[in-house]
Amino acid sequence: MSEIVVEDKGGKKNKVKRLSTRVDMAPMCDLGFLLITFFMLSTSMAKPQTMDLNMPSRDKVSEAESSKVKESQAVTVLLGKDDKVYYFFGSASEEKIPDLKASNFSPSGIRDVLLQRNAEVAIQMRDLRAKLKKREISDEEFAKKSVEIKSSKNAPTVIIKATDEANYKNMVDILDEMQICSISRYALVDITDYDKELIKELENPGSSMLKK
Amino acid sequence: MPKAKIARKSTFVDMTAMTDVAFLLLNFILLTSNFVKPEAVSVSAPSSVSEVKIPEVNIMTILVDPDGKVFFGIDNQDARVELLSKIGDSYNISFTAQEKKEFGLVNSFGVPVESLKAFLALPSDKRSLKENALGIPCDSINNQFKTWVKFAREINGKDMAIAIKCDQTTPYPKIKNVMNSLQELRENRFNLITNLEGMPQGL
Repeated sequence: MSEIVVEDKGGKKNKVKRLSTRVDMAPMCDLGFLLITFFMLSTSMAKPQTMDLNMPSRDKVSEAESSKVKESQAVTVLLGKDDKVYYFFGSASEEKIPDLKASNFSPSGIRDVLLQRNAEVAIQMRDLRAKLKKREISDEEFAKKSVEIKSSKNAPTVIIKATDEANYKNMVDILDEMQICSISRYALVDITDYDKELIKELENPGSSMLKK
Repeated sequence: MPKAKIARKSTFVDMTAMTDVAFLLLNFILLTSNFVKPEAVSVSAPSSVSEVKIPEVNIMTILVDPDGKVFFGIDNQDARVELLSKIGDSYNISFTAQEKKEFGLVNSFGVPVESLKAFLALPSDKRSLKENALGIPCDSINNQFKTWVKFAREINGKDMAIAIKCDQTTPYPKIKNVMNSLQELRENRFNLITNLEGMPQGL
């Protein structure tokens, strides 16, 4: 193809056969798609997400150091079987049986309850998120501000207790609700027999050992 | 009547453009994705709105299957070999160099220390079979899991992140067991691996 074809004007037709430079790309295309399929199946695009969880330290804390939860701000959430959630406000003691209520993981369930309790913070956080979406503030500013808002004195403290019938999904779901409702003070605590009795009483009135 | 002449058109289609597209896509996929590491068990993690990404290096992965069996793995191959020697010393089991080499290639495993030798002798494709997935003992009588975590922390230093990947249906007491073991070691901070889920509207 690179040679120069000299045109012979002298009548005799001396045509050099021109070979087509066209290469059939179909097999190459096949190969390309084959490789794509292979890599699509053997690799994962998204890195898995994680949820940070800080558990309370097991070290003995002295009475003075341990932070007491204000009774008016405490919300106790109990995770029951079959994805059921129970909650009560304030503290529970033998003398004062708390008003336990049943709820669920639907948006109108426990989320509404927590949002109502945390309304002040939730509204501020919503505005802040809207600002971030519109790029009015930077990510760092958002992080700084959200910590500020979340540490508000009026924000509730949620105590999460899971019964043995609960499963891992329930646990992650309730921790997720904490994030959705912008609650920064929460703890996973072991359930007590008293809490179990409360649930029992709510499910079948009269069956538990609680004093009326 | 003259015959209607139908012009024969070539059926040849130029595939060059399509090839270009295919390889462009291939490049993109190669650059953006990472290979799936084979795990001892497949678990389906629950979803959450959390957008924190998992750290890429120096990570300890704890897998818990729906029955509550615990699987364990760390990401550094040299650290794995060192870990096996330490475990061998503490449980009085001597592992051969071959076994250590094999262990270095195991991403995650779930067998008690006593069965580890037999597990490493198996061909790699048989290790993920159900009958070989026994789970690491993690209860108050025989808490080998705690020993693994303790040594892994000693080897990998304090930057090592702990990722827990549990199945959605795992009963809570099993997870509590795992978390209690970690807390006893003063490992109070861990990452729960979840799938991404959109933030609900209006919040």
